[in-house]
Amino acid sequence: MSGVIDIRGVEYSYPDGRKVLNGVDLAIAAGERVAILGPNGGGKTTLALHLNGILQPHAGTITVSGVPVAEEHYREVRRMVGLVFQDTNDQLFMPTVREDVAFGPMNLGLTDEALDQRVDAALEVVSGAEFADRPPHHLSGGERRRAALATVLSMEPEVLVLDEPTSGLDLAARRELILTLADLPMTQLVITHDLPLALELCPRSVIMNGGRLVADVTTGDLLEDLDLLAENRLELPYGFDRSTDHPGL
Amino acid sequence: MGAGHSHALYVHEHSVVHRMAPQAKLVAALGMVVSIAITPREAVWAFGFYAAVIAGLTGVSRIRPGFLAVRLLAVAPFVLFALFIPFIATGETTEVLGITVSVDGLWGTWNILAKALLGASVSILLTATTEIPDIIRGLSILRVPALFISITTFMIRYLELIADELGRMRVAMTARGYDPRWISQARPIASSAGALFVRSYERGERVHAAMLARGFTGEMPMPSTEAIDRSQCAGVLMLVVLFAGTAIVALVAT
Ligand SMILES: Nc1ncnc2c1ncn2[C@@H]1O[C@H](COP(=O)(O)OP(=O)(O)O)[C@@H](O)[C@H]1O
Ligand SMILES: [Mg+2]
Repeated sequence: MSGVIDIRGVEYSYPDGRKVLNGVDLAIAAGERVAILGPNGGGKTTLALHLNGILQPHAGTITVSGVPVAEEHYREVRRMVGLVFQDTNDQLFMPTVREDVAFGPMNLGLTDEALDQRVDAALEVVSGAEFADRPPHHLSGGERRRAALATVLSMEPEVLVLDEPTSGLDLAARRELILTLADLPMTQLVITHDLPLALELCPRSVIMNGGRLVADVTTGDLLEDLDLLAENRLELPYGFDRSTDHPGL
Repeated sequence: MGAGHSHALYVHEHSVVHRMAPQAKLVAALGMVVSIAITPREAVWAFGFYAAVIAGLTGVSRIRPGFLAVRLLAVAPFVLFALFIPFIATGETTEVLGITVSVDGLWGTWNILAKALLGASVSILLTATTEIPDIIRGLSILRVPALFISITTFMIRYLELIADELGRMRVAMTARGYDPRWISQARPIASSAGALFVRSYERGERVHAAMLARGFTGEMPMPSTEAIDRSQCAGVLMLVVLFAGTAIVALVAT
């Protein structure tokens, strides 16, 4: 059951009283890749923060690989769910990338060789050896995004949650990231506005709007449904053509 | 800021000093600064000696004298104040260029000038030859409390970001016609300081969330420490003894 996510009736209001999640139900199978789409303010980031207990639902339950996301299981849940934040400056807080990648495994109690192996393996996945010893604020946007990914891969998570992973990337960096993610075997939740990315990576898409899921469809069907897209402020890039841009799909 | 340089004060070179263990350099720098600080101001020869050793170290580190001079300007505001002391101090007076000044005040100026410039030179040499992550590692090897090191680490990591944010806010204000030349226009500065604080605070919350997400439980994990070799110990010991010895001789002699 590793990598299975089960979200039932989750509601959440921020301390200022604003209700942001209005009963979210979502079941995701092990190894599945699902895109979470929807307009700004739809509650996508808020939902992501629930998946490893940064925020606690006011109603409803969440389990990951059968483990309830609750205080007594935070340690386990945070090992299983890797969260890549939208702003890499929030994610990378150590003086060098290597130390940042080591931060998670060190919290898990790894030391010495076991630690080094974890760190090197995670850096290898993102081709990050060349910037491992540099400080995060001197990296390019693409390098920083790969570094941020490595900091959660070093936890060997069963679920990867990525919040707008391609925002701020140039086309080449975006391409590299897509190829890296496509190779990863774990369950992936990809929050994005990038519809071509959703089509390429995720067979299934859900749309969040006003704090609830308003659609749960195959990504292929979604891109045909121009009304559904328009209702949720989603738009394909100008001139985008499924048949030529993604001949494999 | 070129590729690979970790901070503006660092000079990428491959000297002996660059290669020294950071904890060794930290001890040496601390020893030198303390010695300089306790040296009595009348021991002019001692300050001459310190200056000569620091100049030598600068050469060995392959740091250009110009670099050192520019960085020394950072202490200018403090030194400026020292220049007024001879005019405001009381007691025995003397004439310099036809102006009556206090003798004690002149010594005061000299004391601040010499110590500030020498002390700052040592710090500049340290940061020019040591990358910040290494300084932090050095501090932890020297058993500086973990909390202090975490705070320092975050300060260094986010200082540049906050400065950046401030810069962007200033540009945004200037782009809309703001020209902070008149005191009546100070308000936007004050309120932008407030906005900057809120932004920094929110950043802190998000960074904390990112730390929790990776299993942070409130204690910063520290890497295991490595030993340093004997020749470096000897070098550091020599520097510290040289400076401390000079300071003690100066103290006894005056
Ligand atoms: N820390 C917070 N405090 C109060 N309201 C917030 C906070 N973070 C987000 N919100 C509000 O919650 C709503 C959903 O935000 P978010 O989950 O970030 O949406 P999305 O990621 O889909 O753009 C927005 O209206 C936003 O203003
Ligand atoms: Mg968001």
